[in-house]
Amino acid sequence: MADTSAGERASRRREAVRGFSLVSPPLLYALLLLAAPLSAVVVISFWTQDYLTLTPGFTLDNYEQALTRPVFQTLLSRSLGVALLVTAVTVVLAFPVAYYVSFHVRPERKALWIFLITIPFWTSYLLRVFLWRVILGYNGVLNTGLLGIGVIDEPLTFLLYNVNAVIITLAHAWAPFAILPIFVALEKIDRSLLEASHDLGESRVRTFLRVTLPLAMPGVVAAVLIVFIPTIGDYVTPSLVGGSSGQLIANMIQVQFLRLNNAPLGAALAVTTMLIVGAMSVLFLLFTRRYLRGQQ
Amino acid sequence: MSDTIISLRSISKRYGAVLALDDVSAEIVRGEFFSLLGPSGCGKTTLLRAIAGFEEPDAGVLQIDGQNMAEVPANRRPTNMVFQSYAIFPHLSVGENVAFGLRRRGLSRAETARKVGAALEMVGLAGLEARASHALSGGQRQRGALARALILEPKVLLLDEPLSALDKKMRNQMQEELRRLQRHGGITFILRTHDQEEALIMSDRIAVMFDGRIAQIATPQTLYRRPSTRRVADFIGSMNFVPARVVSEQGAAYELEVTGFGRAPISHEQAPEGVSGRNGVVGIRPETLTILFGAEAAGPHVVTGVVDDLVYYGDMTYYDVRLPGHEEALRISMRNTAGRRVLERGAEARVAWSPETFVYFP
Repeated sequence: MADTSAGERASRRREAVRGFSLVSPPLLYALLLLAAPLSAVVVISFWTQDYLTLTPGFTLDNYEQALTRPVFQTLLSRSLGVALLVTAVTVVLAFPVAYYVSFHVRPERKALWIFLITIPFWTSYLLRVFLWRVILGYNGVLNTGLLGIGVIDEPLTFLLYNVNAVIITLAHAWAPFAILPIFVALEKIDRSLLEASHDLGESRVRTFLRVTLPLAMPGVVAAVLIVFIPTIGDYVTPSLVGGSSGQLIANMIQVQFLRLNNAPLGAALAVTTMLIVGAMSVLFLLFTRRYLRGQQ
Repeated sequence: MSDTIISLRSISKRYGAVLALDDVSAEIVRGEFFSLLGPSGCGKTTLLRAIAGFEEPDAGVLQIDGQNMAEVPANRRPTNMVFQSYAIFPHLSVGENVAFGLRRRGLSRAETARKVGAALEMVGLAGLEARASHALSGGQRQRGALARALILEPKVLLLDEPLSALDKKMRNQMQEELRRLQRHGGITFILRTHDQEEALIMSDRIAVMFDGRIAQIATPQTLYRRPSTRRVADFIGSMNFVPARVVSEQGAAYELEVTGFGRAPISHEQAPEGVSGRNGVVGIRPETLTILFGAEAAGPHVVTGVVDDLVYYGDMTYYDVRLPGHEEALRISMRNTAGRRVLERGAEARVAWSPETFVYFP
C-alpha cells in the first residue's frame, strides 16, 4: 500500500511538473503583457507627477478628482451611454443576421456566409473609420447622394464629428463580433426542439420567444460583453469621427498620459473605468444567469 | 374498421430524385396501437412527420378525425409527438417542460400544477417537477417527453423511435408501460420503429414499408404467419426459403413439390401472391420444424438431414440442418425442454414438418 501511494505521489508530481512546463509560455506571456502593465497602472494611480517626474507615494487625490470633477463625470457617463447604445444597436442588428445564416442558409453555404461577414477585418480598423468619414462627411457620399436625388437642400451636419458618428462607426466595426457568438449559439439549438414546440401547439413567433431566444441567450450575453467592454475603452473612433462633442473617457485618459503629463490621474481614470465596466459586466452576468446554466 | 381516426389516401412525397412516399394509403382505427415498420429509408419517418404536420405531402389526402389536414400546421393538429431525441427543452425544468403545451389552455396556476403532477405520476416521474431537465437520465427524459405529449390529451400520439436510445432492459420496461398507457388512455398510438420485435410486441396492427410503399398492413400474428410478400417474410423474424414447384392446382388448394421435403398440400391463403409461373420458394419459420428425438412419434411428414452447425442459447438451440438436395442449411429452432438433448455437429436429424405453416411465394 505504502509503495503504491508513494508511486502515485511521484507520478502526480511528475504530472504537475509537466503541467507547469506546458502552461508556462502562455503564463509568462500573460504575466508580461497583462498582469505587469495592469499592476503598473494601478500602482501609478496612487502616485503623483510633477511635469515629467513621477513621484512614488500613496495618495487618493487622483481618485477623488476622477470621481468628482464634472468633466470626468460627463465623459464617463457619456462613454457608458455610448457603449450601451453601441452594444444595443450592434446586438439587435446582429441577431437577425445570425438567425438568417443559421436557419435559412443551406448548410453547405454557411461557411461562405461567415467568411463574408468577416471580410471587413481584411482592412485595418483605421481605414474603416476613415471610410466612415468619407461616407458621413459634409461633402461625403451620403450627403452628396441625398442632395443629388433632392431629398435634402443642404448637407446634413449631424452625421459626422459627434456622438452619432461614433455610434455608427463602432456598431459597424463590432458587428461580426456580435454575429459570431449568436450564430454559434443558434447553431447549437437542436432543431427538434423547435419542432417539439410547434408540435405542442405554439406558433412560429411563440416558439421563437419561448425556445429559440432563451436558448440563444448564451450567445447574446457573449455578444453584449464582447462589444460593451472594448467599446467603452475605445479612443481611436471618437478621436477620428467624434469631434469635440463625441469625445469619450478613453480620449481623456490618453490626454492625461501623453499631453497633460498627469499619468497618475490618467491611471486613476483608467482604473475607475475598469472597475465600473467590471461591475456592470458582473451585474449583467448575474442578471442573465438563469439563461446560462443548465445547458450543455 | 368503421371508426377511422386517420385516413391516408394516395399520399406521395418526393425529395429531389427520391420518392419518399409512393402512393401510400391506409386507415388507422381510433384507439389502436399502430406501427410503421421498415428498414431505414423506407419512408416511415416521412409518413410520421407528414401526419404530425412537419412535412407537406406533394399529393394525396390526409384526414385526421374526418378533417382534411392539408392547410393545418403542426401546432393546430390534434396530434403530439414523442421525438427520437426526446427534444426536452434544456432551459426549462421538468415541470415546465411538461406544462409547455398547456399555456394556450389558459388554466390557473393551481390547475396546471395539478395536471403536471398527474402526468408525471402517470409516467413514473412523480415529484420531479423542479428537477433540471439536463439532470435526467435517458429513460427519464423519455418519460418526460411522453408526459409532455400526453398531458395535452391528443387524439393521436406519434412515437418516433422513442425506445431506440435506451438499453435493452429499460426498453422492455418502457414497451410494457407504453402499452399500458395506450390501453388505459384509449389514445391512438402510432409508433415508428425499425425493430420488428418491438413492433410485434406492441402493436395491434403493423404497416410494413419498403421503398416508400406499404407492403402489408396486418396484425402481428397475420404478419408473422402469412407475410404477403417474400420481402416482408424476410424482414419479419427469420425464415427459411426453399425452392418449390407447383405441381397441381385444385380450386382453393395447391400441391407443391418442395425440394428436400417432397409433396406438400397448401391452401389458397398460403400463396398470398398467387402461383404465377410454376417455380417459386416456400417460406418456413424455424420454429415450425421439429427435430425428433428417439422415441418421439413421427407424423406423416418427416425428412432426415445432417446437423451442419448449432448455436446453444440455454433455453433454445438453433440448428442448421442440411436436407438432401439443399444447397443451404435449414435453420431450425428447438426449445430445450426437459428430456430433450442437444444434438452434435454431424449427427443425423429427423425433421418433422407441417405443410400448413408453409407460405409460397412465386
